[in-house]
Order: sequence, then structure tokens, then C-alpha cells
Amino acid sequence: MTDLVDLTIAEARKALDEGEFTATELAEAHIKEMEKAKHLNAYITETPDLALEMAKKSDERIKNKKAGLLEGIPVGMKDLYCTKGVLTTAASHILDGFVPFYESTVSEKIWNAGGVLMGKTNLDEFAMGSGTITGYYGCTENPWKRTGDNKTVLVPGGSSGGSAAAVSAGLCMCATGTDTGGSIRQPASFCGIVGLKPTYGRCSRYGIIAFASSLDQAGPMARTVEDTALLMEVMAGFDDKDSTSAQLAVPNYRKALGGDLKGKVVGIPKEYRPSGINPDVIKMWDEGIRWLKDAGAEVVEVSLPHTEYALTTYHVIASAECSSNLARYDGIRFGLRKDGKTLDEVYANTRMEGFGNEPRRRILIGTYILGESRYNDYFLKAQKVRRLIVKDFDDAFKKVDFLLTPAAPSTAVSAEEMKNQDPITVFLNDAFVCPASLAGLPAMVVPSAISSDGLPLGLQIIGKPFAEEQVFQVASIIEKAANFTKQPHRVRG
Amino acid sequence: MARYTIEGRTGAWEVVVGLEVHCQVITKSKLFSGASAVFGDSQNCSVSTIDAGYPGMLPVINQYAVEQTVRTGLGINGKINKYSAFDRKNYFYADLPTGYQISQFFHPIVTDGWLEVTRENGEVKKIGIERIHIEQDAGKSIHGQVKGKTFIDLNRAGVTLMEIVTKPEMESPEDAGNFVRKLRAIVRYLGTCDGNMDEGSMRCDVNVSVNRPGDGFGTRVEVKNVNSIRFVKEAVEVEARRQIDAYESGEPVTQETRLFDSDKLETRAMRSKEFAIDYRYFPDPDLVTLVLADDMVARIRDTMPELPDAKKQRFIDEYKLTEYDARQLVSEKEVAEYFETAAKGNDAKKVANWILGDLFALLNSEGKDITESPISAENLGKLVGLIGNNTISGKIAKDVFAIMEKKKKSPEVIVEEQGLKQVSDTGAIEAEIDKVIAANPDKVSEYKGGKDKLLGWFVGQVMAATKGKANPGILNEMLKKKLG
Repeated sequence: MTDLVDLTIAEARKALDEGEFTATELAEAHIKEMEKAKHLNAYITETPDLALEMAKKSDERIKNKKAGLLEGIPVGMKDLYCTKGVLTTAASHILDGFVPFYESTVSEKIWNAGGVLMGKTNLDEFAMGSGTITGYYGCTENPWKRTGDNKTVLVPGGSSGGSAAAVSAGLCMCATGTDTGGSIRQPASFCGIVGLKPTYGRCSRYGIIAFASSLDQAGPMARTVEDTALLMEVMAGFDDKDSTSAQLAVPNYRKALGGDLKGKVVGIPKEYRPSGINPDVIKMWDEGIRWLKDAGAEVVEVSLPHTEYALTTYHVIASAECSSNLARYDGIRFGLRKDGKTLDEVYANTRMEGFGNEPRRRILIGTYILGESRYNDYFLKAQKVRRLIVKDFDDAFKKVDFLLTPAAPSTAVSAEEMKNQDPITVFLNDAFVCPASLAGLPAMVVPSAISSDGLPLGLQIIGKPFAEEQVFQVASIIEKAANFTKQPHRVRG
Repeated sequence: MARYTIEGRTGAWEVVVGLEVHCQVITKSKLFSGASAVFGDSQNCSVSTIDAGYPGMLPVINQYAVEQTVRTGLGINGKINKYSAFDRKNYFYADLPTGYQISQFFHPIVTDGWLEVTRENGEVKKIGIERIHIEQDAGKSIHGQVKGKTFIDLNRAGVTLMEIVTKPEMESPEDAGNFVRKLRAIVRYLGTCDGNMDEGSMRCDVNVSVNRPGDGFGTRVEVKNVNSIRFVKEAVEVEARRQIDAYESGEPVTQETRLFDSDKLETRAMRSKEFAIDYRYFPDPDLVTLVLADDMVARIRDTMPELPDAKKQRFIDEYKLTEYDARQLVSEKEVAEYFETAAKGNDAKKVANWILGDLFALLNSEGKDITESPISAENLGKLVGLIGNNTISGKIAKDVFAIMEKKKKSPEVIVEEQGLKQVSDTGAIEAEIDKVIAANPDKVSEYKGGKDKLLGWFVGQVMAATKGKANPGILNEMLKKKLG
């Protein structure tokens, strides 16, 4: 029998239903794997006892033929989702000891579908970062290593780096992420897994700790396109508790997989070839274009002329929103509290000690940007540019059905390398993923190649609003052509 | 007519007033959460995780709160904006759990309204209303219960407020008072706010400036939390005087926020412009554009109750009341209702006089409002009816009124029990007249000699003899005939 942690969800579900092994055994296998991979620091909180309890109930339901879509499947939950009775930290000290007495809508859907919680996965503090290196609970390690270099520890990307590492290393079969400016897609690329940022409004944000509300979107991460589709079916859907959630039925995404692309037009944005891009990335991209042609698609070049402003725009909007969203962490009602002689001192002491450098930097920037005398020059301008970026995509989608781009301009780097990069270069890591966030479009990353130094590289498919089915179909075609499913270079702890 | 001015040491000054009125909207649940918006729960018992600003919580608009605001907007002749949006007003305070108040800064739901108020001299003044926006209330900080501690009660956090902002178009303390009174009447008519200023469900910030006649506006000063109509008038008066004194002493008036002290009758500086909070307004990304369905607005428009101005006109047309009386009667919805109940089938003008005279005097002396009146509208109507059909005289009616207040009985029962029925039997009256004439031959001859005034004396004598029950009309007529 293959190692249980190597199975896909689809395989595991079938085996569970056929009684080849139990959900409890599947959970135990993952718990064992988690113990071996402690050094990855993929989880902030591991919940093995809860996992076994949930697995036991899954076994009951499987026995009674009442299995849900994810019955008995080990799931990693990004520690930005509020989970009832389980410590929720957002990787920040300011939420010290915070145990929600409510459940996020998306996590609730997963438990209702039979998912088994393995633990709360690590992230950048409040999802601010692209390396899973800014959190209070330490960095997460990428399970991948460069060829011939077993020493250098690489970042998993971020902010959903804990989820990406856990999925990649077999510490769960799938995980949730959140994507505000690439936080699902970039770590998926760095860790060689599949990740989808759905259309804004496709998944409920209720109960997910907010970073930048107009950009935040929950999404699935898994090792195959089919598994990602399955998790997405469970996560998506309208929620009357989230005013920005879309009132649309959830399709069966798995039915969209496979087939060909005859009659479809794929757009290749010319702005996504900046100087300094890793040649391996270009090579993968060209190969990806060929695969889509082989599947019958017509390929055209398109222009997204405002791409170069996307990152700046993103940072203005995200910082502004986060400066307001994070005001509630004040030491008065929950989490960390550091007393002082006056109310202002309580705020200052609590927030100084509770927030790390990254949220502090962004709160300061956001507060500055929203100031009465600066609002027009920064926030309002950024909103206007955001509309232009949306229009770029609208114009492109008049001619094409979807876009194909690389997910990131490079492979994973070490934390050391990342920390030494100036903030601008770090931001550039998000250059390819950020525009789709601003436009609220569905975008998916599929592992597509191995770089010359042995690290995974992903392609990104960007679709029209709510065209997740199209994105899934293209992803499945790339996945098959790339033949990446086995993840041969994964290094086990 | 001459504009109101305040006389300073160096001449006359005009006053300009604008108001920001916060009205707590009557709804069952809060603006963005399902928690109860009804008061009376013990501290922190009507609070949801949304009101308390818990991580991951999201606001969802209460449609009824929106409808109530639309209703109010229609009531103040405002433009109902199909599209409006919510913004965040950011500031830190312990009773503001999220660190921001959700309000409507850039695109309010109602704009361009107006109300007319009538001045003491009968002049009608139209006052423009710039906007009504919807926002959420903060919680309450309770200081001083335990030394060195502040307690927070979040029951009020998230309750719906409408902020009604006028144009700077009031010209006197009287205008300001009249505006608040009119607005309060309207929201009470509409059932959108209970208008109870002493309980804080209606709160006013008053913007005051002064200028020389012919000059432009002076520097505007905001006076916060003025919580009765009397205080509104007083605050305008004392703040205008303070500014005039400052200008006349060569001191500048700075744009600032001041607090009104109703005991000392003064305003005190709260914070000046340089320390003004930068609220960092920006669109709330958790909420989408508020789009009003046309049929919803139409439905509200179709179900609008009759408002004070229309009711006043109807009272004038239908009941032939004077403008003044009609205006007094419609100033409170409950008074108008009381009047119409009492006036049914009776002489409406007399009913109005009884309400505005005896009843109001009674209520004032007991500090009650009309809903607590010891005399029901039905009974007051019956009393006027008894006068009208000559069962009792107007004079006796005053006595019956006094008994009605104490005994809570209907006037018919009182008249019956106490034998107060007016004597209209001409034979009985004639007999009493004859007795009086026979007993006072000297007065009769004086009267006949031209002393007409003595008629009243004879009336009094007969009235006394009948214990006031003689029908005064019949009595007068018969007396004149008998005395020739």
C-alpha cells in the first residue's frame, strides 16, 4: 500500500468508502508525518486529539453511508480562520490566547462536509507578507530544497505558507488559504502545489480575520487540480453574513476538468516579462503556451497597460484598509492587554507589544494615507488606478477567454535572502499575482516545471469573473501536460 | 420683517445657526447585527460579536433601519438617493469596539430637504436640510462607579442613528428651537424616532456664528450635546453672546468644539481645530453600495402618515380652526389625535379651546403629557357636547372638568350624580325671576330708569337661586322681557 499521506483526496475518499482503511488511520498517518516534520513549523497549533475525534465521527458516517464530500480528509486550516474552541492567532501576539466561540463560514462548511482538522497553519502576521516569515510564531520552512543544497532553508512563500508547506509535505491532504495580493498563489508556486484564489465574493469572508477587506478572499490549496476543485466545491457559496458574498449557485467544478480547448482563446499579457525574470520561468511559460495550443487553444498577445501600477495601488489600498481593520485590537475585549495609566497608554502599550514590525509598518502607512489632507492624493488615486486595472482585464477578456502567466518571477528564496531584499524587491515577488487580486478575478496556480536548481515553478491562469470552471479546466490540461503530480523532489522531514 | 439681532457694545450682530441632530432610529435590531436595539437589558446583554468588534465579524445592513431613514427623508421633503454608501469614521475609544464608526460620509442616503417653522410673529421661515445619513451609535463608558476604573456597556453600540444636518439658515435662538420642535414632531409622527431628548434618543450639536449685518459668515463654533429644546435656545444665545464679547474685545473667535453647561449657562472649550481628530474617512469595504429599490421607496411614500403641516391645513379647513390653534394642536401627534377624538360630533373650536386652555393648564401643572391626561379625549368631547346641547352651562362645565380630573368619571355621570343639569324649563326660571323682581322693587326701578348694567346683577341673583343651573340664554331673554 502506498503511504497514506501520498494519496490524493480523490483516491483517499474512494478507499475510505471502500473500507481499505479508516479515517482514523488516515488521521494517524498524518499526525505521524506532522511529528516528523515539526521543524517545518507549518502549524501554529496542531490539533491531533481533535483530529482523531473528528476522524472517529467520520468513520461512523462512512459506515452509515452518510459520507460528505471531504469525509475523513485531513485538512490544514490557515490560522486566519476563526475556529470555535481552537486557538486562533493570525500569527500575531496581539491575539494572545484568543479562542473564538464562533466558527468561520468556510471552515464550518468544511467540517460539515466531513473534513478533519489537523491544525491551524502558520502565516505571515495578519497575512501581511509573502514569505511566512513575519509571524510571531516563527518562520515556516519550505519542504523543498535546492538541488545539491540540503542546508539552505527556503521560504514557502506567503502569506499562506504554512498551508502550502503542510500540503506539500503531506501534513494534510488539503488546506485553506487566503489571498489578498497573492497569498495563496505565490506559496503554491514556491511549494509546488495547486492553489486557487476564487473570484472576490465567491467564498464567504465571515469569520476570517480581515487584512484588507476589499481584496481578501478564501481559497483552496491541494496537490492536484481535482482535489482543489473538490475542496472549492465545499468552500464556495453565498453567505448572508457577508454583504460582499455573491448570490450564485456553486457548480460541480470537477465536471469542468479535462477535455480540450478548441475554440478557446488564451491571452498572453506582454507586460508580464519584466527584466530580471528567471529564464526558467520564461521557459516554463513558453512551454505552457505550447501545451494550450496542443489542446486546441488559439494564442494571442494582449496588453494590460496598467500592470506596472498594480503593486503600488495594491499597497496603498491594502495598507489603508488594514490600518482601519486592525484598530479593533486594542486590549479592551480580547487578546493581549498591556495596562497603562490612561486609555491611550493601554492602546499604545498593547499595540506596541502585540504587533510585529510588518503590521506596524502597514498600519502607519495606511493611517498616513487616509489622512484628510492625503486621501485624494493616495487613496482616491489608488482607487481610480484600480478601476483602470479592472478595465485592462475587461478589455482583454473581450478578446480572450482566459490569461496565462507565470505565478512568480522566481523560485523560492531563503528567509535570509528575503530578509535582505529591500521591501521593493519583496513586493515584486507579488507582481504577477497582485493585479488579479485588485480586479477580483479568479486566478489559479498549477505546478508546471522544475527550475534548473530543482525547485517548483507554477503557471497562473486568470479567468473572467466567476469563471472558475474555465480556470479549473485549463489547470487540469496544464497539470496533465506538465505531469507534475508526483512531486518527486519533495524532501521529507 | 426685521432680522433678529443681538445688541453688543458696539452695535448689532446677526446670528447664524446650523444644527446636527442625531436621532436614534426605532428598530427592533441594530443597524448591522441581529442584536436587540430595544433598551432595558442589563449591561452588555444586547451585544453580538459584530457589535463587539470580534475578529472576522462582518456588518450586514438592517433593511428596516434603511426604510425608517427613507421615511424620515420623505418627511423632511428630502431627495431620496437611489445609491448611497457607507464609510468608516476612524477613531480610538474604549466604547467604540471596532475602532471606527460606520457612517455615510461621501454619499448620504438623503439630501436637499427642508422644513418650515413659524416664528412667534407669524412669519414662516424655511430651513434647508443638507443631508440625512445613517450611522451606528457607540457604546457607553461608565466612569466613577469604581475609583480608577471605567466600565463599558455595549448595549447601545451599533444601534441605528440618523444624523440630520441643516444648512446654516436659522437666524435666532427661536428659529433653532422651532426647528428642533418641528423635526421632533415629524419623527414622532413617522414613528422613526421617539424624540425623547432627555433620554438621549435625540441629541443636538449646535453650530453658531455671529456677524455684522451685511458681512459674511463669522467663524463657526460647534457646541456639543445640547439635550433639550430649551438648551438649544440657551446654547445659541450664550454662545452668540460669548462670540460677540470676544469680537468686541478684539479677541479672535476660533473654530473649535465647545460643550454647553446648562447650569452655569456658558459654553466651555472642548478641543480646538489644531487638536481636531482626523477621522480618516474612507469607504467601508465590508459593505456594498446601498441601492434602494424603486418599489420600496414607492411603498414607503404611499404609506406616509399625514404630517403636521398637512394636518394643520386640514384642521383649518375641516374644523374652521384659527391657524394658531391648529398649529398648537398638530405640534404633537398625540395632541392632534386627542383633538380629533374629542372633536368627533362636537363643536371643534370649543374642543380646541378646552384643550389649549384648561387641559394644557392642567397637564402643565401636573407635569404630564397628553398621553397621561387624567381626562380622556372621549370624556372631554362629551363635556363639550353637554354644553352644546344645553345640558350644562359653560360655567358649570368648569366645575365638571375639575371633578372629571379627580374622579375619572364621564361628565354625564358627574352631572347626573351631582344634579348639575341646567334648568331650561322656562316655567321654573320664570318663577325664580318673579321672586327676584318682587323682592327688589328699587333695583327694578333703577333698571327701568336706564341703568342697563343692572341686568347682570339680576342674572346673578337668579343664577345663585338656581345654583348656577339656569340656562343663561333663556334666563337673559326672559329677564329682558320681564324688566321691559
